[in-house]
Amino acid sequence: MSALLNLRDVWVEYGDRIIIENLNLDIDAGSFVSVVGPSGAGKSTFLRLILGQEAPTHGKILLDGTPLIPECGPDRGVVFQRYSVFPHLSVLRNTIFGMECAQAPISGRLFGSARRAAEAEAIEMLTAVGLGDSLHLYPAQMSGGMQQRLAIAQALVKRPRILLLDEPFGALDPGIRADMHALITRLWRDYTLTIIMVTHDIGEAFSLGTRVLALDKRRHDPHAPHRFGATAVYDLPLEKKISRAALEQVSITIDELGNN
Amino acid sequence: MRWVNRQVRRTDRLLLGSLPILLLVVIYLVMAVSRHAANPADKILPLPGTMAESMYALIFEPDKLSGQLVFWADTFASLQRLGIGLGISTLMAIMVGLVIGVLPPVRATLGPLVTGIAVIPPIALLPILFIALGLGETAKVALIVVGIAPVMIRDIAAHVVELPREQIIKAQTLGASSWQVMIRVALPQAMPRLIHAMRLALGPAWVFLISAEAIASDVGLGYRIFLVRRYLSMDVILPYVAWIAILAIIIDMTLAYLSRRLFPWAHEASH
Repeated sequence: MSALLNLRDVWVEYGDRIIIENLNLDIDAGSFVSVVGPSGAGKSTFLRLILGQEAPTHGKILLDGTPLIPECGPDRGVVFQRYSVFPHLSVLRNTIFGMECAQAPISGRLFGSARRAAEAEAIEMLTAVGLGDSLHLYPAQMSGGMQQRLAIAQALVKRPRILLLDEPFGALDPGIRADMHALITRLWRDYTLTIIMVTHDIGEAFSLGTRVLALDKRRHDPHAPHRFGATAVYDLPLEKKISRAALEQVSITIDELGNN
Repeated sequence: MRWVNRQVRRTDRLLLGSLPILLLVVIYLVMAVSRHAANPADKILPLPGTMAESMYALIFEPDKLSGQLVFWADTFASLQRLGIGLGISTLMAIMVGLVIGVLPPVRATLGPLVTGIAVIPPIALLPILFIALGLGETAKVALIVVGIAPVMIRDIAAHVVELPREQIIKAQTLGASSWQVMIRVALPQAMPRLIHAMRLALGPAWVFLISAEAIASDVGLGYRIFLVRRYLSMDVILPYVAWIAILAIIIDMTLAYLSRRLFPWAHEASH
């Protein structure tokens, strides 16, 4: 079994408030996991756990078999609903930011040939997400959909083991959202990504994911609602979707360029 | 049409803006003329001619004692003190404010101290500065720094703390260290705010400058105003005050222009 990420008996408690209880999960490399659930059921906490923004109160999280340190790192990329891009950097500078951090620990900036190499890689990624013509715009000059495209390119250029999406299309209007769905599906296939996406939109969860996780409280005590935490109440692998994706991968896809 | 919806065109705006100023000038002239009609030697409300005469002497004729052009020597001395004070404060604000804003342990350590200094009225510290640093330039610059730096530091720190958490997280998932978060994410976004803080600090800085010069100095715009006060020389005081106002407006407009020029991304309308 090639599980990339394992959660073993994970609990998250804030004081006497239990947010997540007894969560056990194995997430395979190359899967697209959608996480749904009502508000306050610990979807965001779940994402923060995997991101390393907080540590579980009990239990273990393993990435490639090694315990996850509770700090964000370049092996897990993220796209938030908003504020994912740096407003003071142009599209191109936003995208090479990750490479500059890795290669220039003191100045945080690249110059000369190293800079040109990084820019070439960034332009390739930006072209893949459809921002090839907007390299020198600032985020404030772009629409919400373009900003999310940039956020995705910025994360992917670091080749993360897992890409975490926190309601990435929640603030976009329906037409743009459909384009973004096509884009993320294509990227997931082309770059063989492992994606965990938290969403409010059930339709989106089923149409994009190869596996849908529903987080909710299993038990409910009306006198002390905070004493029971959420866990994965449904875990639905979408087998058909997986085989269809595999099928599409072998067939020649003509309409790939259609995602503006 | 409701008044809240009435937009004023650019030319009309200039006209409307100059109206109250012109009105004040006219009122002053009427009062000055009527006082001079009663007493031709009146010193309280001098006529423009008298002001021009006195200022001509200060601007173009070297002082008999020091050989300097008094007006320009005063302006230069005051601007130098103001510039050094504002410069030191700005440097302190960006360095201390940035680390306080980005690094929680530093915030816990230095936050209370900065807040404590910021609530002390700086003029109350002036005697301490004069005793400790003497009556020279250092004490005057120090008063400006003590007066405006803590407020600027707090402003920058608060701005950096309020950067969206998502940005800091995102930077870390892109591999940024604490240092890189500071210089690549927080510092550039604090710069427009820094210029804004300078513009706001300019008013208090002038107050502290004039106070320090009034108490112990031998040159400077504030010194001159308080010196000629003894002779009721309103013909010098009024032009000096107007000159200070013009200098302050020029500095403010320059900073605003610099901010728009250097950080266009901060002035774009967001979608």
